[in-house]
Amino acid sequence: MAVNSLPGGPAVNQLDLHPPVTQIAADQRWLHYFMLVICTVIFVAVFGVMFYSIFKHRKSKGAVSANFHESVKVEIAWTVVPLLIVIGMALPATKTVVAMKDTSSADLTIKATGIQWKWGYDYLKGEGEGIGFVSTLDLTHREMSNSGKPPATDNYLLKVDNPLVVPVDKKIRIITTANDVIHAFMVPAFGIKQDAIPGFVRDTWFRAEKTGDFYGQCAELCGKEHAYMPIHVKVLSAADYTAWVDGKKKEMAALADDPAKEWKLDELVARGEKVYAANCAACHQASGKGAGPIKPLDGAAVVLDADKLKQIQVLLNGQNNGAMPAWKQLSDTEIAAVITYTKNNWSNKTGQLVQPADVVAARK
Amino acid sequence: MSAVIDQHGHHGDHAHDHDHDHHAPHGWRRWLFATNHKDIGTMYLLFSFAMLMVGGVLALLIRAELFQPGLQIVNPQLFNQLTTMHGLIMVFGAIMPAFVGFANWMIPLQIGAADMAFARMNNLSFWLLIPAGLMLVGSFFMPGGAPAAGWTLYAPLTLQMGPSMDAGIFAMHIMGASSIMGSINIIVTILNMRAPRMTLMKMPLFCWTWLITAYLLIAVMPVLAGAITMTLTDRHFGTHFFNPAGGGDPVMYQHIFWFFGHPEVYIMILPAFGIVSAIIPAFARKKLFGYTSMVYATSSIAILSFIVWAHHMFTTGMPVTGQLFFMYATMLIAVPTGVKVFNWIATMWRGSMTFETPMLFAVGFLFVFTMGGFTGLICAMAPVDIQIQDTYYVVAHFHYVLVAGSLYALFAGYYYWSPKWTGVMYNETRGKIHFWGSLIFFNVTFFPMHFLGLAGMPRRYADYPMQFADFNMLASVGAFGFGLMQVYFFFFVVLPTMRGQGAKAPQQPWDGAEGLEWEVPSPAPFHTFETPPLLNPSATKVLG
Repeated sequence: MAVNSLPGGPAVNQLDLHPPVTQIAADQRWLHYFMLVICTVIFVAVFGVMFYSIFKHRKSKGAVSANFHESVKVEIAWTVVPLLIVIGMALPATKTVVAMKDTSSADLTIKATGIQWKWGYDYLKGEGEGIGFVSTLDLTHREMSNSGKPPATDNYLLKVDNPLVVPVDKKIRIITTANDVIHAFMVPAFGIKQDAIPGFVRDTWFRAEKTGDFYGQCAELCGKEHAYMPIHVKVLSAADYTAWVDGKKKEMAALADDPAKEWKLDELVARGEKVYAANCAACHQASGKGAGPIKPLDGAAVVLDADKLKQIQVLLNGQNNGAMPAWKQLSDTEIAAVITYTKNNWSNKTGQLVQPADVVAARK
Repeated sequence: MSAVIDQHGHHGDHAHDHDHDHHAPHGWRRWLFATNHKDIGTMYLLFSFAMLMVGGVLALLIRAELFQPGLQIVNPQLFNQLTTMHGLIMVFGAIMPAFVGFANWMIPLQIGAADMAFARMNNLSFWLLIPAGLMLVGSFFMPGGAPAAGWTLYAPLTLQMGPSMDAGIFAMHIMGASSIMGSINIIVTILNMRAPRMTLMKMPLFCWTWLITAYLLIAVMPVLAGAITMTLTDRHFGTHFFNPAGGGDPVMYQHIFWFFGHPEVYIMILPAFGIVSAIIPAFARKKLFGYTSMVYATSSIAILSFIVWAHHMFTTGMPVTGQLFFMYATMLIAVPTGVKVFNWIATMWRGSMTFETPMLFAVGFLFVFTMGGFTGLICAMAPVDIQIQDTYYVVAHFHYVLVAGSLYALFAGYYYWSPKWTGVMYNETRGKIHFWGSLIFFNVTFFPMHFLGLAGMPRRYADYPMQFADFNMLASVGAFGFGLMQVYFFFFVVLPTMRGQGAKAPQQPWDGAEGLEWEVPSPAPFHTFETPPLLNPSATKVLG
């Protein structure tokens, strides 16, 4: 059961950059070959001379050392020639730098928010405006990693619940930012890598020339689960994309929660179980026991506490300098549901109910 | 003499030769209160080797975890601690102090001075390293474990770290103070204590490269101190220099850090250039081709190092003019670096070469370091860097220049000068085993990382997609081999020479070597050049 190459993702024992899917990525690949050829030629030439000398000018072969040194002419020559070569290298790169940075007149603008440890996508402008969702690594992959013996899987650590969906042949501008620490949004096949910096917005762009699935990973150290926040971009044809937007909008309308709604205990627990699996289980484990430095929730004082506000505050603001991150990006209903779930699961049988309205009040 | 563990017997011999010797303290006092540049140099070298071993164990834990996909040995948080501490310990604990050790030993001998200018400050700058090193290593045992924000300590991740982050910052402050004191000492020694006729332009290149390095250190260590102090006040005193939650700027941290960090890279390589520039002429039995241009090239590299820092930050989203400026400036560094490589090869050309271990390591340095130089040129190109930034390509690149560059030059220097330090010759066969083993395992470890990086494997990953598995396995095997070679080096090369086992070293073990260090007996007596020596016109020999 061997691993196969993943189209749009890494190939088995890949030696080169990803096959380009955008003009920028193609230019980068050309520049890389161009540099590689020049550097290899110079390297072989220079070290050819050195190895010739090493074999010929040996004392054991009776070589007697010459006595030449200091030549201004030679020194000038080997300063000026490399300078010209370097200028020749920089010129073609300049064009690509300018093209990479031109994020104007995009057809679709999407905000990618780095969150410890997942990506939030919000469609800001263009077809699909208003769509927003969070994209998380498939939990089974995280568990496979922990098991120490993951079975052969082509998209290991690259499978997410909600891929980013974009149309083909359209200029997509990605605006990056972050909630907590610096992350980096990278898709090698598109030739993009842009840091997502908290408190700042930066942007990059791509125009995918092919439909298909393309993969990347977070490229800036962002804490414990850095290796577990992949990026999956699904490029669809214009018609498929329109259909996806319609479906997604209906789905979101159906899912929209009224924060004023009064929920029953079992409803909230059922909803909370899903929220827990998607957001909390990676650290606190499905068993609620935690692991290593991660605190258990099963039997935890703050979970059992009669003052519901304590746990709400932990979720909204984080704890221990962000070792437990803030989860304020979750909706009021989701926070209420997941707290109710933890208060009524495992050995925790408090019977306490946290309504979305409690979270709304705590946010103020 | 001072590098010999069992010094009692020999010590007596020297007491005959040198009346002053009986002032020197004995036993532990000799080391704790050391003011002799040779003793302090020895302690620096032993300390840095110990840190090399600690950093190496951390590296091997990293490679063991990455041997195959999935988490088997460490959890991801501990993995981040390992990568962070491997970097900090190797940079601040191993490479930098090792070069200071060489400076202590060799600069007074090479310029004909009796000792370093400020002997007691010299003692302090060494002994400060011990608590700093202990604090760095000890941070693993603090609540929450060691710092895990990467050796670059990027904000705002540093704000999430536990108390060990503060210990780490304190340790780096102490090491910075130690470096600054060491640098002041080196500058004053070189500028004021040269023997008559040893003009600046007759000085050995090792002294030149260290003089320039010392200025770099004084210029940038305070910048690092500023960056980590602001991190400290952000963590504890409510400031928001880098904390975006209060309007701070995490990118500003990176600018400040790399304004330190890039010159720091050259701090770790310029003295290596100096060592290689001593060894290649010695074993080619021919004068260095272009001494003057080497001095100018070193200075140019040092000056350029201050205007290239943001090439570490192409993916932060710099404006187009920023990317272009830093790309051009970075590529310019290839020119003076090329001048150096050409000079070394022109020195070898039509020489009469032999290949004892110092020369092997110097040629190995030249060959493999230049590969790191070329990948640096590729990284400098902003559009290509967008693909390889923060991937294993960068990991490969900087290990090619720091291990095959700095560390190989340190090994070359050890083999070249240890006869002078210990009075015995190292074992040539063992030296060659060490060289070839290190060269092969180094490339097995780091060459596949170029492919991993091109294929997009990000660095600092505790687990990775399975398509990357084979190259990772290969790299891990190489890493263990490389680690074992260094253990071999210590037990089979260094320790025997320190115990005085081996052929007795002549005063001049290398027939082509020039310089004042070869004008004193082997091992170098406790005190040398107590009165300024009378030098020949080229300042390479003591007259009379």
